[in-house]
Amino acid sequence: MTEPGRLAVRKTYKLYIGGAFPRSESGRSYAVTSSKGDFLANAARASRKDARDAVSAARKAFPGWSGATAYNRGQILYRIAEMLEGRRAQFAAEVADADGVSARKAGELVDAAVDRLVWYAGWSDKIGVLRGSANPVAGPYFNLSSAEPTGVVAVVAPPMGPLLGLVSVIAPVIVTGNTCVVVASERAPLPAITLAEVLATSDLPGGVVNLLTGRAAELAPWLSAHMDVNAVDLTGCPDELAVACEKDAAENLKRVLRPAGKVDWLAEPGIERMTAFLETKTVWHPIGV
Amino acid sequence: MFEYAPAPESRDVVDIQPSYGLFVNGEWVDSLGGERHKTINPASEEVLAEFSYAVEADVDRAVTAARKAYDSVWSRLPGRERAKYLFRIARIIQERARELAVLESLDNGKPIRESRDVDLPLVAAHFFYYAGWADKLRYAGFGRGDGLGAEPRPLGVAAQIIPWNFPLLMLAWKIAPALACGNTVVLKPAETTPLTALAFAEICRQADLPPGVVNIVTGAGETGRALVEHPDVNKVAFTGSTEVGRMIARTVAGTRKKVTLELGGKAANIVFDDAALDQAVEGIVNGIFFNQGHVCCAGSRLLVQESVETELLDALKRRLSTLRLGDPLDKNTDIGAINSAAQLDKIRSLSDAGEQEGAERWSAPCPIPDKGFWFPPTLFTGVAQSHRIAREEIFGPVLSVLTFRTPAEAVEKANNSPYGLSAGVWTEKGSRILWMADKLRAGVVWANTFNRFDPTSPFGGYKESGYGREGGRHGLEAYLDV
Repeated sequence: MTEPGRLAVRKTYKLYIGGAFPRSESGRSYAVTSSKGDFLANAARASRKDARDAVSAARKAFPGWSGATAYNRGQILYRIAEMLEGRRAQFAAEVADADGVSARKAGELVDAAVDRLVWYAGWSDKIGVLRGSANPVAGPYFNLSSAEPTGVVAVVAPPMGPLLGLVSVIAPVIVTGNTCVVVASERAPLPAITLAEVLATSDLPGGVVNLLTGRAAELAPWLSAHMDVNAVDLTGCPDELAVACEKDAAENLKRVLRPAGKVDWLAEPGIERMTAFLETKTVWHPIGV
Repeated sequence: MFEYAPAPESRDVVDIQPSYGLFVNGEWVDSLGGERHKTINPASEEVLAEFSYAVEADVDRAVTAARKAYDSVWSRLPGRERAKYLFRIARIIQERARELAVLESLDNGKPIRESRDVDLPLVAAHFFYYAGWADKLRYAGFGRGDGLGAEPRPLGVAAQIIPWNFPLLMLAWKIAPALACGNTVVLKPAETTPLTALAFAEICRQADLPPGVVNIVTGAGETGRALVEHPDVNKVAFTGSTEVGRMIARTVAGTRKKVTLELGGKAANIVFDDAALDQAVEGIVNGIFFNQGHVCCAGSRLLVQESVETELLDALKRRLSTLRLGDPLDKNTDIGAINSAAQLDKIRSLSDAGEQEGAERWSAPCPIPDKGFWFPPTLFTGVAQSHRIAREEIFGPVLSVLTFRTPAEAVEKANNSPYGLSAGVWTEKGSRILWMADKLRAGVVWANTFNRFDPTSPFGGYKESGYGREGGRHGLEAYLDV
């Protein structure tokens, strides 16, 4: 007689909205499979209502997060990197399942995601220097331009790169003080929810990042048309969906980051993903005695 | 009030042709469509000239010329040579400033004091400023991929559509950075104010600018649509209404066209009880009655702290009663003509809505000329945030007055708008200025001043006031492949 093996306690993968982990209000879920086609879990299939709740949470979090000091935001991004590093094995396993890559390659991808967060953490109090200026106007005026976050950004994460791609689209949006609603890779959403567990334990205020799993083709149009969303990152949208979303986004003149074709997520990202969601504010004051 | 003898600026510095064609590839050509319209002096309704509404084939011809000039000449020219052309243009504008100011006032209706002292100096300064950038782009911090110091690349052909409120100044805001960065342009002026853009075409010829680098096509919405939709355009730059801005944003979806939009506004001008009230009054007047209120960043909502409301409004009404409305060419004129009959209708209908919704109307007691389009400086008190005159852009000399008690309430009310172009703050307390400036969601914040512009200073909006910045180093980004 053999001793019966211990039955593993599986995780329920839910959404991440306003710092909490609710199921979809719709009660819907969909089966997520590995790259080999094996069943992995039932992920929540978020609805329009979930998307709207997520936007509300992001809007509510915006004043606090955009008002936090850049130093504070940088430390929190670094903290996310620390927490991610601590769960390296778990993420490597999920990435290997999702992408069918070797354990070694999966580990490298997790390392790259950690390093990406560290890279962006350092930008928090530097990007403003690149984007700001003291302007020499022709008159007795103090004139200063500075960068400010755009507001609530809806992000459609890339289908490939369920962790590295995801981190690479979230970090540049939040490091500058924006809050976001992210539609995770539909094909491989599990690392996104595990990332939410990391975010929830990194001193990141609830609502700064909200993660939805489900159908991008269903969620992206709602978010693109939502009048309280200020910008959309359509990186993960197939062409036709991206065009429809960009048209919807015009209704309240959202800033739009179009998909840029195939992205090498391992390459150094440049600052464009940050600057896409920054405004410039110019303040004038007379000089006199 | 003092009596002033008429002091009209002479018109004889201006030579208006009876009829204008389109400026394509350095030549004047007739439109292939043949629809002709008249541009009038809004102060007298006198016809100034005839011009064409360019059709799709005209636009195509202009874009083709711009593409050819881009490929064969302009994109290959060293930055220092582009710079010299722009310096030349700046100088010719200075030389012809008086003529252009009079022409602008005739076609637009704005007081000569403003076209002479604000528009034209800023036009020349804008070309002078961007001229200097043309051979220094590698230092602007936009180098892509190849590391620091790489020469950023232009976009190609820029389609530029400008409004009627600052015709030549908006042309300068569009053309100067585009050319400095190495793009060629097709520009469409507004259908009520084509004349200074057409005069600018002549300036390009005087400057020996290579043919096709600047093309001017006149027309209305359909011409603009053809320009935006043209497949060989790489960049669309638009200044105008939020409604048209939306259409453009929709149109370019799915293309690789880069877009910048400078759209409407409903700026709050916030006066605290410790402000220097006499200065604030001047700032409020300049904020909303400058250029007849035809200003996207106009301070059209006055938010006054409750404790000084009566005092401020009394002083404001006193001041408004001294404004002189009339002949735009008279050097004493403060308030010129409304640009068009259509705009006057819009101002009237929104003002009527203000009264219908319960706000109290007060207009300065000034005589209104018999001919032309005029609207007296007007303010509404008792305005609620829900009123149309507190939400919609009137684009006329109409001020909506609201009150507040605390700084937080002022911020809340100021930001309660889909627009976010500009804001004003009047207080003697420095820390409060900085706190307010930080909280206001607007692209330009004027503290203890209003409606100041400078080519070195980025300008542009948050939210539905559009995206992208014009002016300064930031303004280069709109015309570079970054």
